[in-house]
Amino acid sequence: MTAENLAPAIRRRRSAPARELVRWGYGVLGILVIAAVWELYKFLGPADGVVIGEARVLPRTTDLAMPHTWDMVTRLFDPVSRSATANPLWLEVALAALVTLGIAAVGWLVGVVVGFGLALIMQRWKLAEWGILPWVILSQTVPLIAFAPIVRSWGSRVEIGAFEWQDWMSVAVIASYLAFFPIAIGALRGLQSPDAIHTELMHTYGVGWWKTLLKLRIPASVPYLLPALRLGAANAVVGVVVAEVSTGMQGGIGRILIQYAGQASGDPAKAWGPIFGSIVLGLAAAGSVAILGAILKNYRRVEINA
Amino acid sequence: MTQVPEPQPTDSSATPTRSADAVVVRGVDKTFDTRSGQVQALTAIGLTVSAGEFVSLIGPSGCGKSTLMRLIADLDQPTAGSVTVFGKTASRARLDQDYGIAFQQAGLLPWRTVAANVGLPLELHGATSRDRNARIEELLDMVGLSDFADRYPDQLSGGMQQRVAIARSLAEKPDLLLMDEPFGALDEMTRERMQTELLRICAETGAAVVFVTHSIPEAVYLSDRVVVMSPRPGRIQQIVPMALTRDPEHAEALREDRAFFDGVTAVREALHTGSPVPTGARGVENR
Repeated sequence: MTAENLAPAIRRRRSAPARELVRWGYGVLGILVIAAVWELYKFLGPADGVVIGEARVLPRTTDLAMPHTWDMVTRLFDPVSRSATANPLWLEVALAALVTLGIAAVGWLVGVVVGFGLALIMQRWKLAEWGILPWVILSQTVPLIAFAPIVRSWGSRVEIGAFEWQDWMSVAVIASYLAFFPIAIGALRGLQSPDAIHTELMHTYGVGWWKTLLKLRIPASVPYLLPALRLGAANAVVGVVVAEVSTGMQGGIGRILIQYAGQASGDPAKAWGPIFGSIVLGLAAAGSVAILGAILKNYRRVEINA
Repeated sequence: MTQVPEPQPTDSSATPTRSADAVVVRGVDKTFDTRSGQVQALTAIGLTVSAGEFVSLIGPSGCGKSTLMRLIADLDQPTAGSVTVFGKTASRARLDQDYGIAFQQAGLLPWRTVAANVGLPLELHGATSRDRNARIEELLDMVGLSDFADRYPDQLSGGMQQRVAIARSLAEKPDLLLMDEPFGALDEMTRERMQTELLRICAETGAAVVFVTHSIPEAVYLSDRVVVMSPRPGRIQQIVPMALTRDPEHAEALREDRAFFDGVTAVREALHTGSPVPTGARGVENR
């Protein structure tokens, strides 16, 4: 037997860790390509950008408008301000991101409870589906920016005994408002996904709605629910960032996004710190759902008919 | 509102404990309301299936054979007439788990292993996990899938999936099996093997079977009696008794037996006579 005969059999399949490494490799490569395109345009493009007629279709390439990628990265490790006790930028961003992530998690959880609850009601009563679903869809057409200050002012009036409404709670509510929508829709589709053959089978077993829900509808909804939960997580992060800005909440990444952008004329690379931070935040939120998906992997199996 | 009369024990066999008849269908009509008006799916159906008897329902599409099976399973209710299963109403029999059911698709839950699928009805009815595991082992052994207990449905062939579905339908030791073209989606080789296995299982369990099919050889090979139905409106054309001597040792040899071919001829003739023109006596059982 020659080496050529052996080669295809060996090459056919890489081992699992190797494949994982390749996937990450492509991910890193993608980031490098974007950085390269950025630098290439910055090097070749005119300083005043590309202007067609009156409209600038490509940005200026000055250091002010487009800092070098390496400047953005090195800026992360410099102190955030000139004060002697200042933290490095990355730490400041990371702390703010953690605050935002915490609020987003609360908003997401509220969104999961509300969204799944609505889906259950809509699945149980067809009439409820007709009554609620249009409102659920309509709810998402309300602009968040208009809506956020109202929630905040309502919240400031809430005071029950020792409990006092905090600003972050308003932000979490706004995040849940964005998060519940994909979850409600995804969960409803998932709960309605079992075929007639399966629901009839449960009927022949003489079991009611509740057991059918537990043993059939909820497990069957997992493949629909996972992408919905991921969308909901991403929406929650976006919702928190926007709500932080529009309610003026301190401490989160939304706040420093605005704050550093204001300082960009003096320190253009600094503004990119919180932008990178929010990207990592979104990835972390979506990644947490991916972990959930790995735990529930057996529920993602689909039926293959003979 | 349609009337569904309570079963009246008209003969001595219909005692509450164990009736000699697995299924008694009397004067059943079934109409469906559709947009284009009412559709008469079944008319004047009368049929008795004895305990342990294997009865096939055969006929062209639209003859109502599946509908009739669904009425027995209490998945639909008759517009008129009565359906009794072991002397009870169909609905009572369903709640008492007197029958097991298998459809054309295996209908396994994809997220459950083979063992968990077979054990589903037991689990739903609160069997202890020890009883359950013992029964699952027994059933998987019966359908020859003991080595596949921990596999998932998508890792099985169509024939194996269907065997899991049959094992599941037998989980509660029913005395009646309802099967709606369970082998319809299988290739011919697998199909013949499954038929022989089904006969063996029925002999082992002593269950009566109502088997919907549109394959004449399948009906003849499996059945004690073949109910030939015709469409528009769905009715029983003729009931053809089979005179096959079954020998479990040489079950396959039956397929080349003289009596088998006679049976095929008889059913075919019954299917082809009268299907365009309705005969006078509808749904009469001519045993």
